[in-house]
Amino acid sequence: MHDRIKFLQGNEACVEGALTAGASFYAGYPITPSSEIAELASIRLPAVGGVFIQMEDEIASMAALVGASMAGAKAFTATSGPGFSLMQENIGLAIMTEAPCVIINVQRSGPSTGLATKPAQADVMQARWGTHGDHAIIVLSPASVQECYELMIQAFNFAEEFRTPVIFLSDEIVGHMREKVILRDDIPIVNRKFPKVDPPEYRPYQPGEDGVPPLAYFGSDYIFHASSSMHDETGYPNNVPDNAEKVIKRLYKKIYDHRDEIIITKEYETEDAEIILVSFGASARSAREAVYILRESGYKAGLLQLNTLWPFPDEKVRQLADRAKFMVVPEMNLGQIISEVKRVVEARIPVYGVNKVNGEIITPYEILGKIKEVF
Amino acid sequence: MKRRTEVVLAGLGGQGLILIGKILGEAAAIYEGKNSVQTQSYGVASRGGFSKSEVVISSEEIAYPEVLDPDVVLTLSQQAYDLYKNKVRKDCWLIYDSDTITGEGVSDKEFGFPITTVAVELRNTRILNMIALGILVKLTGIVSVESILRSLEKNIPSQFRDVNLRAFQRGLEMS
Repeated sequence: MHDRIKFLQGNEACVEGALTAGASFYAGYPITPSSEIAELASIRLPAVGGVFIQMEDEIASMAALVGASMAGAKAFTATSGPGFSLMQENIGLAIMTEAPCVIINVQRSGPSTGLATKPAQADVMQARWGTHGDHAIIVLSPASVQECYELMIQAFNFAEEFRTPVIFLSDEIVGHMREKVILRDDIPIVNRKFPKVDPPEYRPYQPGEDGVPPLAYFGSDYIFHASSSMHDETGYPNNVPDNAEKVIKRLYKKIYDHRDEIIITKEYETEDAEIILVSFGASARSAREAVYILRESGYKAGLLQLNTLWPFPDEKVRQLADRAKFMVVPEMNLGQIISEVKRVVEARIPVYGVNKVNGEIITPYEILGKIKEVF
Repeated sequence: MKRRTEVVLAGLGGQGLILIGKILGEAAAIYEGKNSVQTQSYGVASRGGFSKSEVVISSEEIAYPEVLDPDVVLTLSQQAYDLYKNKVRKDCWLIYDSDTITGEGVSDKEFGFPITTVAVELRNTRILNMIALGILVKLTGIVSVESILRSLEKNIPSQFRDVNLRAFQRGLEMS
């Protein structure tokens, strides 16, 4: 196989990335602006021996993902705001049972049905805390069609490596835009660890050194129980306080101890930058254009683009804040990522938001306007 | 020098503006080795209502994906024309369907063509978009006719290819 160059939508590139990563199962309920993912998956998956199911709703879709994952498949789904809300309960199930899977949320304007065809970036906190209880989660965010392809492979890799659901937080602009994309075949593919012990000795929740337990699959010789209730290493319910604390901390640490590997960021012109823009998704494209215009006018501006939103890239933001005069955070919501930036920066330098919630993209000039106002 | 060529294709939902945007974008990106980004904006209705497709073409990397200051605007509805008439520079190509739109001469490069009349002659009002694409490509030269033909071939299912190709050729002849 060789790299292929195509002109695709972000949503289409997500499916290509999933297939390259080895995905073989999709369950979902179509919703604007994510529907092209279901449409293409319904054509492509059966053609490679995979399974596509259109479910009755998003609650069931997410349940099917957990089941397929436990049966050994690399499974994914795609939705938007209203469907993402319905998925929250079973995302918790995937976290608790440690079922690797990928959930794509192509964000649109809410709350509820909202502006069904218009973009937003307002599910950042929902992606982090939408399901109840203390937990860790990995959330990735693409800003181009190329990143839809490459980060989707990365999303599956993280899901498999850390036995966790991964949220792929796209938006209507990135999902629907068409760009040239190179479908690279040189990105390493990660598969879940299979148990090395004999079936009778298998303890499905006994972690390896990395905090991640090897995963057998339903239907194999390894018979095991996966429960949403608090359980011990055998997989059976165990409500002893010490066990509960140990499990919750392990589920958290298996992600947060590997932040260096999970956190992906890109920097543009940051080396000598005094003005640092921090952004993600479609807004990062506007921010890059703003940096370009600022540089042309002699301002030392740079962009930190976040591909990983959660765990939040504390260290990277802190490093850049040490050298900057101020930071600007453009995002299509009323201020979600900015509160994380402020937490990290700790009032050492000012942090300003550029926020827009009318269903239209933030323009570079709106970012420049804010910078002029504060500079 | 301007780094980007920015195209707006605006009209009504169902006119096929996204399709010609895709054909234009793919022609530039795949068959001319440039970069291009095609974006779209539409309402909740599948037909009718304001709809637009934008294409940005550049030999450099494209950061901001949408149109900031258009070089070419095609309008296929009065509403679309009215929306853009005050937003275009004097030297912006402004192309419209003179059968359905009253032009006001706001740009030095403003041209109305009887696109609907020609579509009726071709006995198919669903190929307005292809006639318009032919006109746009011939007038502006932003991509070559050859690249468009290759992209068109790729993006139109074979059973509809001839009718679309005929409409595109007719557009080329009109300008």
